[in-house]
Amino acid sequence: MSDVAAKVTKIIVDQLGVNAEDVKPEASFVEDLGADSLDLTELVMAMEEEFDIEIADGDAQKMLKVQDAIDYIKNR
Amino acid sequence: MNFKRVVVSGLSALTPLGNDLKTTWDNLVAGHSGIAPITLFDASAYDSRIAGEVKNFDPEAFMPFKQTKRMDRFSQFAVAGAKMLLENAAYQITPDNAEDVGVIMGVGLGGLHTIEVYHEKLLASGPGKISPFMIPMLISNMAPGQVAIFTGAKGPNIITTTACASALHAIGCAWNEILLGRCVSVITGGVEATITPLGVAGFTALKALSTKNNDHPQKASRPFDKERDGFVIGEGAGLLLLESLESAQARGATIYAEIVGYGASCDAYHMTAPHESGEGMARAMRSALKSAGLQPEAIDHINAHATSTFLNDVTETKAIKQLFGSHAPHIKISATKSMTGHLLGAAGGVESVFSALALHEGIIPGTINLDNPDPDCDLDYVSNGSEHRQCQYAMCNSFGFGGTNASVIFKRWEG
Repeated sequence: MSDVAAKVTKIIVDQLGVNAEDVKPEASFVEDLGADSLDLTELVMAMEEEFDIEIADGDAQKMLKVQDAIDYIKNR
Repeated sequence: MNFKRVVVSGLSALTPLGNDLKTTWDNLVAGHSGIAPITLFDASAYDSRIAGEVKNFDPEAFMPFKQTKRMDRFSQFAVAGAKMLLENAAYQITPDNAEDVGVIMGVGLGGLHTIEVYHEKLLASGPGKISPFMIPMLISNMAPGQVAIFTGAKGPNIITTTACASALHAIGCAWNEILLGRCVSVITGGVEATITPLGVAGFTALKALSTKNNDHPQKASRPFDKERDGFVIGEGAGLLLLESLESAQARGATIYAEIVGYGASCDAYHMTAPHESGEGMARAMRSALKSAGLQPEAIDHINAHATSTFLNDVTETKAIKQLFGSHAPHIKISATKSMTGHLLGAAGGVESVFSALALHEGIIPGTINLDNPDPDCDLDYVSNGSEHRQCQYAMCNSFGFGGTNASVIFKRWEG
């Protein structure tokens, strides 16, 4: 697992209270990991803080699965 | 209109004396104090460094970890208390009855802890770093809101915020809802969790907190005693299930007591001090008696507001004497805050739980630390330990900043 993927996984585990093994690349935040709209907002804020980046609302809305978030951060 | 009779068919407590009803009651009857040095934050720089904290509370015993993170401590207390309450009452909320079950709770201050955490974050990191959960976590009505989410109760969902009278007003409102036939049952009482830097600093600034007994925490809350010097801040939850008599009987519920009267009044006088005549307090008690159709002589036991502040205790004594006259010395008056500290918005909830249990168990809790009574406090405060006595009617009083007063009357249930 890449460094980014490991950090993203940890954020998701901490924020959503899920098990690390459930945070698979193809897992959907809403459908598989039980996130609601407030969770998603907080998740994006946690990633901004961890990676010291700003994530625009439009970009955040496109992050539906775990891999989307990892790819987005790697490409920044 | 045909008014419904309203009974107490469930109780729960999460208090400085214990994390469940039985432990709390046993410690109360034994005369133990729940007051200890503050551990929730570093209080070394504060004039008052003691509190009635709920100890070793594990929210994850009552809800998933994820939910604990999005709830202020007062809402965690509410959910934990409500779960224990429904279990105690053996009451099931189902799709068939959900709309008839209300949640009406008293909360005095709400999510002070959340406000403090995010204000610090705002100053340190700017407005973009505030969690979307901040507002929903701090608003006071999230306590009953979360209780409804966890239990499925779809009836009226309301808080009363009347400072230290919050919970008793909530119980009065809940009583009305059932009496008028608008709800079959209501989860009611109060919750509070404001042992925080701002909470303690604010009450200290008002000269409301005890500061003389930091080294002897268990001696600090001493209602009616000459040496009392303020209240001790507490936290927790005291909840009751109120239910129509017909519903409780139909399901064979344990009935702890009946609620037969409720009164409320205002001093219309001062922001924080009670009117020295005690007339406003007496009026709430009189109104409760009137709604119950009782003469003052019927009351055997009062769970007094008795905060251990100079003004409250002397004024409440005056109010009781004014209203009850020659019967006043015959009333068993308990100041249970001597053991729990002052749970603020939850106080009337915890003390209503105690009032109902006093009737059900035939035990009047005592008042501890009453070593040298204030000469102006000259009634029977049950200062030699709890007493076995079967009372018929118990009154519970709560008075709050803003000059707001409430009084509820419980009747022993004889089945």
